[in-house]
Amino acid sequence: MSEAAQHQLIVSVSPHIKSEETVSQIMWTVSAALLPAFLASAYFFGPRGLIVQLVTIASCLAFEAFSQKVVNKPVTLSDGSAFLTGLLLAFNLPANIPLYVPIVGSFVAISITKHLFGGLGYNIFNPALVGRAFVLISWPRQMTTWMAPVSSFTSVDVVSQATPLNVAKLDGMAKLLEQFDGSKIQLYKSLLMGQISGSLGETSALLILIGGLFLLFKKYITWHVPVPFIATVVIVALVTGNDPVFHLLAGGLMLGAFFMATDYVTGPATRRGQIVFGVMCGLLTMLIRLKGGYPEGVMFAILIMNCFAPLLDRRLRTTTFGAVKKKEAST
Amino acid sequence: MTNWQLIKNGIFAENTIFKLAISLCPSIAVTNSVKNGFVLGIAVLFVQTMVNVTVSAMRNIINSKIRIPVFMLVISGWVTVVDMIVAAMAPEAYKQIGLYIQIIVAFASILARAEVFASKNTFVPSMFDGIGMGIGFMVALVIISFFRELLGRGSLWGFAFVDFKPLLIMIMPAGGFFAVGILMAFFNWMELRGGKAPSHH
Repeated sequence: MSEAAQHQLIVSVSPHIKSEETVSQIMWTVSAALLPAFLASAYFFGPRGLIVQLVTIASCLAFEAFSQKVVNKPVTLSDGSAFLTGLLLAFNLPANIPLYVPIVGSFVAISITKHLFGGLGYNIFNPALVGRAFVLISWPRQMTTWMAPVSSFTSVDVVSQATPLNVAKLDGMAKLLEQFDGSKIQLYKSLLMGQISGSLGETSALLILIGGLFLLFKKYITWHVPVPFIATVVIVALVTGNDPVFHLLAGGLMLGAFFMATDYVTGPATRRGQIVFGVMCGLLTMLIRLKGGYPEGVMFAILIMNCFAPLLDRRLRTTTFGAVKKKEAST
Repeated sequence: MTNWQLIKNGIFAENTIFKLAISLCPSIAVTNSVKNGFVLGIAVLFVQTMVNVTVSAMRNIINSKIRIPVFMLVISGWVTVVDMIVAAMAPEAYKQIGLYIQIIVAFASILARAEVFASKNTFVPSMFDGIGMGIGFMVALVIISFFRELLGRGSLWGFAFVDFKPLLIMIMPAGGFFAVGILMAFFNWMELRGGKAPSHH
């Protein structure tokens, strides 16, 4: 046998260099990046927060298995995508929510938003955010009764308290500052560390930021979505005379910018598309926060921009190297 | 097709909303209560039947070049009749869906049947086609509004079962899209499974 036959030249389509990374590895790593915020939510909201987390994750896994069974697809619970959806959905719920809310939210997120559109990779909208939008519209009162952080894990007193964004919207910044002894530094510190009422995962901006930076470091996400998103929010706050640091740290901005707007499936794939996506998310967020009916706009901003992701990719595609530009109609 | 088959065709095989997916605007706009859905369904049933009958009777004297304007005149004539009847007989429901009764004029389903069926068929089959299509539309509206009112308001035909709103989103427009989409998928699934049209919901 000749030497050439042994080393047959195999011609195949790209990609030729395959990464070791798999979908499930990415999903579990992103979940791991949320671990600090997960632990913090257990610390701040006590056992009630943990129960909400576990119920949401368990029902997301159950609906994933159910939906895949119904259409005779292999059940892929171990790829971590349903786990991650459950984790993100729970992060968007208040700690004292009645437990049927996360179960219905999980059904909408997994069965309707994801599997009715064809499963992982085919959904147009971010499943966790649609689940959250659905329950927010269905049970507005339960979804906006926020629990104040408990002083210790074993404390049983539940005090309900409006979120800082809510107070700022309804009563103004001055009233909000009163809660923090009139000191802006105290307010920023509480927002950064998570000593505020709010959804389970959106309280500590610092811990979410650490998780996000970890993903940036691992190159699972790039700066093209989160940085324009956050920068736009800060710039709009500055231009409109609002407190930029407050808008940066309050609400779900960090969680949305690093963990939800960066979803591979529902965001644009091109770099230029991602930058426009981020800027528009930031503009819409501030539009809703400042002028809309809801105190927080990150969720709706990302959902609205999810619709535009394919369009952005198509319009902002870079010219292929060597391609000849189509001639304009001659004058 | 026999007359009975024409009626069944309108309800199952060519159901306006679940099969042809036309006239979806009213199927979302008026179906947040069973009463509204039912009243609009009756109005459409009447208009559809009368338009079919009229167009069929006139089919030999309509110049085919201007048939669409003629159909529109016939439709708007019958819609005006229904509009006045509903305003007189059911003033409460008219307050909520009066606008939708007036825009029956623009329903694709009605013009479509005049064009594809009544203008090519004799009087009697056209009448049964109109009845079938009208009943199919009405049944679809009642099914959609049944689920939307039950889930969104916790009531049926205005009669409340619970004093809270179990799933508020269902009576909002977004919930209407969810309800229509899921029911459409459900009926297609039933049909694929059973190999024939479902006989009940």
